[in-house]
Amino acid sequence: MENVYLIIVLAPLLGAIVAGFFGGRIGRHGAHSVTIAGVTVSTVLSLWVLSRFIWGDLAVFNGAVYTWMIVDGMHFEVGFLVDKLTALMMATVTFVSLMVHIYTIGYMADDEHNWPQGALIGKNSYQRFFSYISLFTFSMLMLVMSNNFMQLFFGWEAVGLVSYLLIGFWSTRESAIFANLKAFLVNRVGDFGFILGIAAIGMYFGSMDYAEVFAMAPGQAGTQVAVFGGVSLMSLICILLFIGAMGKSAQVPLHVWLPDSMEGPTPISALIHAATMVTAGVFMVARMSPLYELSETALSFVMIIGATTAFFMGLVGLVQNDIKRVVAYSTLSQLGYMVAALGASAYAAGIFHLMTHAFFKALLFLAAGSVIIALHHKQDIREMGGLRKYMPITWVTALLGSLALIGFPGFSGFFSKDAIIEAVGASQIFGSGYATLLLTVGVLITALYSFRMYFLVFHGKERMDEHTKRHLHEPSWVVTVPLVLLAIPSVFIGWYTIEPLLIGDWLASGDWNPIVVAPAHDTLAHLREHWSGQAGFIHHGLSAAPFFLSMLGLVIAAVVWWLVHAWNPRIDDQLQALGGPVTRILQDKYGFDDFNQRVFAGGIRSLGRTLWMTGDRRVIDGALVNGSARSVGRIAQRVRHLQTGYLYHYAIAMIVGLVGLMTIFVAF
Amino acid sequence: MIALSDYLILGGLLFSIAVTGIFLNRKNIILLLMCIELMLLAVNMNFVAFSHFRGDMTGQVFVFFILTVAAAEAAIGLAILVVVFRSRRSINVEDLDTLKG
Amino acid sequence: MGFEKFLFYVFALITLWASGMVITRRNPVHSVLFLVLAFVASAALWILLEAEFLGIVLVLVYVGAVMVLFVFVIMMLDVDIATMRAGFIRYLPLGIVIASVMAVEIFLVVGPGNFGLAAFPPPEPAAAGVSNVENLGRLLYTVYVYPVEIAAVILLVAIVAAIRLTLRRRPDSKYVNPARQVRVKKGPDRVRLVKMATEDVVAAPAGVNHSDAGENP
Repeated sequence: MENVYLIIVLAPLLGAIVAGFFGGRIGRHGAHSVTIAGVTVSTVLSLWVLSRFIWGDLAVFNGAVYTWMIVDGMHFEVGFLVDKLTALMMATVTFVSLMVHIYTIGYMADDEHNWPQGALIGKNSYQRFFSYISLFTFSMLMLVMSNNFMQLFFGWEAVGLVSYLLIGFWSTRESAIFANLKAFLVNRVGDFGFILGIAAIGMYFGSMDYAEVFAMAPGQAGTQVAVFGGVSLMSLICILLFIGAMGKSAQVPLHVWLPDSMEGPTPISALIHAATMVTAGVFMVARMSPLYELSETALSFVMIIGATTAFFMGLVGLVQNDIKRVVAYSTLSQLGYMVAALGASAYAAGIFHLMTHAFFKALLFLAAGSVIIALHHKQDIREMGGLRKYMPITWVTALLGSLALIGFPGFSGFFSKDAIIEAVGASQIFGSGYATLLLTVGVLITALYSFRMYFLVFHGKERMDEHTKRHLHEPSWVVTVPLVLLAIPSVFIGWYTIEPLLIGDWLASGDWNPIVVAPAHDTLAHLREHWSGQAGFIHHGLSAAPFFLSMLGLVIAAVVWWLVHAWNPRIDDQLQALGGPVTRILQDKYGFDDFNQRVFAGGIRSLGRTLWMTGDRRVIDGALVNGSARSVGRIAQRVRHLQTGYLYHYAIAMIVGLVGLMTIFVAF
Repeated sequence: MIALSDYLILGGLLFSIAVTGIFLNRKNIILLLMCIELMLLAVNMNFVAFSHFRGDMTGQVFVFFILTVAAAEAAIGLAILVVVFRSRRSINVEDLDTLKG
Repeated sequence: MGFEKFLFYVFALITLWASGMVITRRNPVHSVLFLVLAFVASAALWILLEAEFLGIVLVLVYVGAVMVLFVFVIMMLDVDIATMRAGFIRYLPLGIVIASVMAVEIFLVVGPGNFGLAAFPPPEPAAAGVSNVENLGRLLYTVYVYPVEIAAVILLVAIVAAIRLTLRRRPDSKYVNPARQVRVKKGPDRVRLVKMATEDVVAAPAGVNHSDAGENP
């Protein structure tokens, strides 16, 4: 099996290398063929591995394939841990990635228009893009298949790097450069915590291997460390690791990079926000469940952060007018749900939502991208409307995706989101009441912003200009096929997977269980006890608050942005004006950007300027470098008069010195 | 009898006279060279005296080598002097201040 | 006060007086001559110390070669004595002070207290058959044979350096290049002797080439 896993990981890398380094030679067709072939190989093998886990009896693989170095007994190696959790992630990642690859052929078909005329950087950009997204797939696979912290960190950073390259793909646009720098820097903040956490693990456990660390962790549960006046070691490690996850999974307050990352081409928005980068944090916390279970403080922290993100970022989505930004804030909100589920120890529910979300969010992004293609790269939903006539496939799939997103009964999102809200509600740890409230109300918000966008885009008056309208049509099959392929799991995957994932003990294989839940935190127990099949779950859900809230949101959205909007197109603006200061706060995104821009960026810039002006120019350049040179010069200026050049002066100096030495010798 | 110290004092006086000579004739490079020869003579005197009084021939061997090197030094020194005189038409030490800082 | 001691004082005084004259004479030639005197007196003192070979060498090599070199250079160079003497008196006190401090200090170190007869009794005079030259020669050519070779090289280098430094090519001087002479080949470079039949004086035809010989390089 080791070779299969190696092929899964290396096939996209090979594609990326070929398309990246030989893009000019193999041309566009060659580039997308080779990368899609690589990812297809990965996808097929991943699905095969998953199927062997489901219907076969594939054993968990945990082993090193290459030992890089051994330092003081600590092994640094490249290794794979493939259990059912990993297999699920691999299948999700590679499948969504494959869809994105195919879709990209259509989306990037006329990419040369996005570059300045004749710019060298625009040459072979198509091939380069394919190389990047394949590299992204490779990085994510390395991350999820890792069996040790070092490789996890490698994948973590590689994902960060490629996201940087992709967000700033249109590198001639200033906003793209700003966005990718922002994403990179914000992720650095998170990664700093992450690497500190890994360092703490290395320091206290002396191992990088997951299994070894997990086995040793219970023994360290009571350890206190002298940081911030003494905290529990496990809390420290878990919170530090979670800070890394906050960066990658875009949790408050490190979420600021994600909306801006919409500057990148839409396919990578789907890739980053659906399947790969942002799920890394959720996956990591689930993978580290044996550690998180040992620290209730960390769990509370995770839950509060998650719930805060889920609710408040959803609110911001209400006032956005850029179609991609609405979806981006929706992603933030949904990530908050996943993280809150992790905080409630419902790791399985978090992973479950991650998977369903991967499908419907990828679907929504690709649908948004399809709309953007049709409208010639216009993204403002106020200039859309009535698209359902022109783009039936996009319309239907977007509707399905939105229904899945708001948790319409029977759709995949319904199962996962309801399970999360139930689990958080059952949680007893600090902050669970706050989280329950926010997540429940968050459902209403989700429905509102999702269907606001849906109605504004696909229904109502056609507000785009005549020229655009004349060219409206469904994009080619490379765009619509991924939409359809993603819509199918968006609708059905919840129904089929809720029972094994949440109720049954499917993730465990043999005596290896990737998800460890302490009995005191078993928030899914209630769900498990009252389980009566999917229909029963739906039936139960129909009488619960989240359902009513989502239907309420749907109805409000329909009334306001469909019916009212039909005779009063300015209703959206009027509603926003009605909100007054609240709207302004939301439009400012709670001022995080301004705050960061002013305090951190500005502070660091002024600190840098101070250091540059005083530290570098005055102290180092002025005093140390030039100063020493100048003082040498000045001293030499004086001393050089000693050098008369006359032989007898030297002779006299020598003789006087000789007499002096002799005097010392004789006298003492 | 003549003591060792007599010879040594003679050497010391010779050396002192040579030092005085350097002070007095500081502008005449030929005289400076001669004073150096005098100093070497003083040193050689000490060597020979010690060699005699200690019954050790090594001192005389040393003097032999000093004479050799001194001869070489005088030859090259005077050759340089001639070259300097040719290029500058002067061997006045005051004119030779190229090393002035 | 034996004769030996008398000789010592005489030669010591001559040495000191001569060296005093060396540094005070106005004319450098006189200085050199007094230096010669100092060397000769020193040579006599060395012979008193049973270092006959070195005494002879001092006279032969130093007086005979080095001092003559000095005289030669002084004569050759057109030295302006007047400017050279400037400041002679001004520095006299300082020089005397420094030198007397030095002399006193040397006296304190090497005086009779440390190196007197008590500490170093005079050795027995050498036997009649003992040869200083032989002893020194044995030492030089056995124990010190490598230093002697090095000294020889130093002298050679000094010769080469002195010659090279003072060598000056004159454009009008005529000389033969031995290197080129050695490189002469048999064919075209040498004088070729042409054998000819003796000419009949009467029937000598006009235009016969007489200068058929090769040119001398």
